[in-house]
Amino acid sequence: MRDRIDSPIVLLGCRLLSPYIMLFGFYVVIHGHYSPGGGFQGGALLGASFLLMRVAGGDEIGRLQLKEHLAKPLAILGVAIYFGTGLLSILLGGNFLDYSFLPIPGMDTEWLRYTGILIIEVGIGLAVMATFIMIYDNMARGEEEDD
Amino acid sequence: MFWEVELIIYIFIVLSALLALKVHDLLVAVVMMTVYSFSIALLFVAMGAIDVGYTEAVIGAGITGILFILVIYKTTRHTKD
Repeated sequence: MRDRIDSPIVLLGCRLLSPYIMLFGFYVVIHGHYSPGGGFQGGALLGASFLLMRVAGGDEIGRLQLKEHLAKPLAILGVAIYFGTGLLSILLGGNFLDYSFLPIPGMDTEWLRYTGILIIEVGIGLAVMATFIMIYDNMARGEEEDD
Repeated sequence: MFWEVELIIYIFIVLSALLALKVHDLLVAVVMMTVYSFSIALLFVAMGAIDVGYTEAVIGAGITGILFILVIYKTTRHTKD
């Protein structure tokens, strides 16, 4: 491994940039169902904001944003949101991912479909973000320190 | 889109791909790959595929560059054997 040189300017620039990338990622996830973008792109933007701090600050500073052992539960939570929504509509009598059967009170069919896609996008975004962080952490940890 | 804009993007794609192949410093090659991905994303947007261009810009120009830089820092040019 090459020697790292600690540069406060690079760290300051990445600290300035990372929250704005994260905010744009949230924007893309939330507006994904009726504009370009969506769960995958927004999740990749969220993951990129975490990876930027991990590349710039090294292990200690990068772990302050999101701990390494939190990535796997977040990915499982995202997949669980996706399949929970799909299986809930099967249990209530519809097809898989048929959003009009979701049990949200006070909504007609169009609003149920609109909200169902939003829930799905949030699940995909969480899963993609956590998976990118997991890939980076496993590559940075290396083979020899594996359990 | 105007064909002049697409022509400029095509020239950027070819130049950055050739530079990424020919250059000896690996960090410069990674940056040229990023430029290549972003130019391809611009070309997708110019052709009307906004979603594909979005994905290419985020994955090709963001995540892949970070992972390549990590791989460069984790490896050495000369073997230890």
